[in-house]
Amino acid sequence: MYRYDEFDHAFVNARVAQFRDQVERRLSGELAEDAFRPLRLMNGVYLQLHAYMLRVAIPYGTLNSKQMRMLAHIARKYDRGYGHFTTRQNIQYNWPKLSDTPDILAELATVEMHALQTSGNCIRNVTADHFAGAAQDEVADPRPYAEILRQWSSVHPEFSFLPRKFKIAVTGAERDRAAIQVHDIGLHLKKNEAGELGFAVYVGGGQGRTPMIAKKIKDFLPEEDLLSYITAIMRVYNLHGRRDNKYKARIKILVHETGTEELTRQVEAEFAELKNTELKLPEADVKAIAAYFAPPELPARAEGWASLAEWKKRDEEFARWVNNNVKPHKHPDYGMVTISLKPIGGIPGDATDAQMEAVADIAAEYAQDEIRISHEQNIVLPHVALADLEPVYRALVAAGLATANSNLITDIIACPGLDYCALANARSIPVAQEISSRFGAPERQEEIGELKIKISGCINACGHHHVGHIGLLGVEKKGAELYQITLGGSGDENTSIGEIIGRGFEPEKVTDAVETIVDTYLGLRLSKEETFLDAYRRVGPQPFKDALYGATAEAAE
Amino acid sequence: MADKVLTGNRLGDGIAVWLDAAGNWTENLQDALVARHAEAVQSLEEIGKRDFAANLVLDVNVIDVAEVNGKIRPLRLRERIRAEGPTMVYADGYKAADPDFIAA
Ligand code: SF4
Repeated sequence: MYRYDEFDHAFVNARVAQFRDQVERRLSGELAEDAFRPLRLMNGVYLQLHAYMLRVAIPYGTLNSKQMRMLAHIARKYDRGYGHFTTRQNIQYNWPKLSDTPDILAELATVEMHALQTSGNCIRNVTADHFAGAAQDEVADPRPYAEILRQWSSVHPEFSFLPRKFKIAVTGAERDRAAIQVHDIGLHLKKNEAGELGFAVYVGGGQGRTPMIAKKIKDFLPEEDLLSYITAIMRVYNLHGRRDNKYKARIKILVHETGTEELTRQVEAEFAELKNTELKLPEADVKAIAAYFAPPELPARAEGWASLAEWKKRDEEFARWVNNNVKPHKHPDYGMVTISLKPIGGIPGDATDAQMEAVADIAAEYAQDEIRISHEQNIVLPHVALADLEPVYRALVAAGLATANSNLITDIIACPGLDYCALANARSIPVAQEISSRFGAPERQEEIGELKIKISGCINACGHHHVGHIGLLGVEKKGAELYQITLGGSGDENTSIGEIIGRGFEPEKVTDAVETIVDTYLGLRLSKEETFLDAYRRVGPQPFKDALYGATAEAAE
Repeated sequence: MADKVLTGNRLGDGIAVWLDAAGNWTENLQDALVARHAEAVQSLEEIGKRDFAANLVLDVNVIDVAEVNGKIRPLRLRERIRAEGPTMVYADGYKAADPDFIAA
């Protein structure tokens, strides 16, 4: 894992001291809100419906047990005993006092954490595959590059006032688990025929009001050119991105309006200027950073195979959990464990301080002290010996964290919605809870198979509804909540944007509508192996429209 | 004209508050001063501006309410949720908002 150097420490501490001074001046009335607002946002402090909210960065979703304990401590000491993990691999606290935020940031700094660049028109926390460094199908660990990008982009003077916020995601496997095609820049780390590392570069993806799939503008960018090429893209965007209209300011609109070919030409022209400058990544630096992410030494634990088979035979619940929540690791004696933060009927992404402590304990004892946060709002222990799965499972059961639903219909992404968010039009969490309860029976979930439901409380799409197999978007209609349903979205290597299926549903009808969609799928799938998404791509929206609105309701929108 | 109350979020902790008849900011919507005619609304607006400028509250708004069975009830769902808190149980020791109050 990356360790702060002296510069990082000094910088973060200086920022905390500066913010402490700003907060004091705000509380004493010396600073008005108009002047203070941009300052607090730069330090991750938002104002929501009920209170301030603090968003803490978890760079590329990686943390150790000490850091997780600190997150728990903050939840306990300064908040109401819980935190909310987000689709940006961050954590949000919903009830901090403004007057406490400097202390919180100071405590975070002691474990090398901060809230920088979690807001504002800058390059935000770089996200990465949550299975990075462990996945069987990975070409190389994407996190060293995410870290290089983090260092390069942190308070980058040229890119701190972009036309709009900017999100970069990196994956190191063909199977895209970081949704790179719906980011401003998506990087797919791969090897060329000569076995050298480089990136396929995607630009201009995004969700929100105008969802767009990123365009690939480079098939293979050599590793050493990473920063020069990204800088070239940022320069083109910074110069030509629209500052006249907030809704048209993201790079996706620029790519769309300029055309991929012309934009690529502009980027290449900039790149030609920058290619052999000080932005070129020296191999030694890449190696030095990569060393921080060196995989832990995993001793052979072949005894786990037999024990695992035996445990599974003995305990059906355990077997179910292993089948759904444990994925193959590079090392055959190990597995990658997904700790679901989607208890049946619970709040997606929330964890109590006690649960965070429990995860920290388990990670320290059984998982090489490594923890990840996934953009699907779950926690991952990337390196667990099969021989330790049983005690890990028992410990998770004790903490209420053993829900066996990874990738199933109740593994729902939901944004905070109108229960917290000042921008929301409708609630997300209660809808997720009701759907989860409806489909909660384990047999039923398994019968349905892989199905991703994603819910946003407004068009900003923090709940990724555009790329949900079933997406729900909350809107306000005549003062009441209404949910628009999209089908067929996907945020993987075959990214697609969901299509609106018809008129929306009232809160009390939306779960029935989802059930109708699911039952329709079950009735038309060719076999159990044909997932919801595959089936939808084969048959299209019509059977679902017919089921929802009746065969004659064609034009009811 | 709908009845109105003045609301904002308290500077120090961001908690949602409403202006009461004594000119204090209260955490309880039911203690809020209800303005029933144009001059009263205007005075709420002025107090809102004044207390924002005095750095007591932020995100200040005059919102529409109705009195139902002697209870002040904001017309917008957003404001009902602000008054009652999240609509589900979210943490030990904190109740979910009253569903009858929240319901449309
Ligand atoms: S999608 Fe909208 S409602 Fe949900 S968290 Fe984002 S801004 Fe808030």
